[in-house]
Amino acid sequence: MSTTKSEWPLWEIFIRSRQGLDHKHVGSLHAADAQMAIENARDVYTRRMEGVSIWVVESRHIHASNPAEAGALYDPANDKAYRHPTFYDLPDELKHM
Amino acid sequence: MDTIRLNYILHLADNALILGHRNSEWCGHGPVLEQDIAISNIALDGLGQARNFYQSAATIAGNGATEDSLAYLRDVIDFKNCLLAEVPNGDWAQTILRQFFFSAYQYLLYTKLQQSNDGQLAAIAEKSLKEVSYHLRWSSEWVIRLGDGTEESRTRIGNALEFLWPYTGELCLPAGYELDAASNGYGVDVSSLQSDWHQRVSSVLEEATLAVPETGWMQSGGKQGRHTEHLGYILAEMQYLQRAYPGAEW
Repeated sequence: MSTTKSEWPLWEIFIRSRQGLDHKHVGSLHAADAQMAIENARDVYTRRMEGVSIWVVESRHIHASNPAEAGALYDPANDKAYRHPTFYDLPDELKHM
Repeated sequence: MDTIRLNYILHLADNALILGHRNSEWCGHGPVLEQDIAISNIALDGLGQARNFYQSAATIAGNGATEDSLAYLRDVIDFKNCLLAEVPNGDWAQTILRQFFFSAYQYLLYTKLQQSNDGQLAAIAEKSLKEVSYHLRWSSEWVIRLGDGTEESRTRIGNALEFLWPYTGELCLPAGYELDAASNGYGVDVSSLQSDWHQRVSSVLEEATLAVPETGWMQSGGKQGRHTEHLGYILAEMQYLQRAYPGAEW
């Protein structure tokens, strides 16, 4: 590849809003490396007290399912209600299911 | 009225306001969106620190003085900020290096100011120190990136170093009111920060593969109200509205 790199790579940003919660995807931004991505995320996504922890992942490392295959991937689950655990008779002693 | 205490607090406030205003000039002009937000955040931190100091100064000044009258109705000769705060932004490298020099100084200053026997100053210092710690980290990173980067970035930060270095001497050269403030226990004798400042700055410059300049002749005078020609232009823009429409609010 002989193209000049004029843009910094794209990073996906995950923020944990409070202790005990999961990191949630909040958006993406450009940065030269992971260190800068974390600092940029701090400045762009936590300036209104949104978070206590930041994860960054370079976008090219994310492998996604193909939306064109959504039919084959997800539709077959539509008519398989028996996969939900609602068909079992639970003993009365079991309270927290 | 305690004039010395007033001058000391105004000096701290003016530093934060003028550097904050300079950084705010980048808003909408940053090299990339993310850094535009970063420098604007830093500008706002400066403005917030300035407000805290001006509010404290206003209670000493009396005569109906407010944070706004102190920021917007004083003239060049009344401002006591260091010259480094008012030098033009130049390119990104010059802005970064100016911030780095200033943040290293404010970091050491606020760390000691937390021990002030003036409870308000100590509290402002403690709050501001968290902000400045981040400014120092952010600007250090950038100095290293630019110095140890491409040929062009290295040339730019080298030029900035040559231009800004003579303005750094004033940071740790105490004015009369600073010495009095220190001996009365509410201020910091900035000459005690000199060697720490030099050491911190040198270690980052070395990591950036930049030569630490020899300490030769240094600019000074800002703390006493003798400013570069640039401050007048800053105040003209910053104060225009309050001067043209006194008391305007929106």
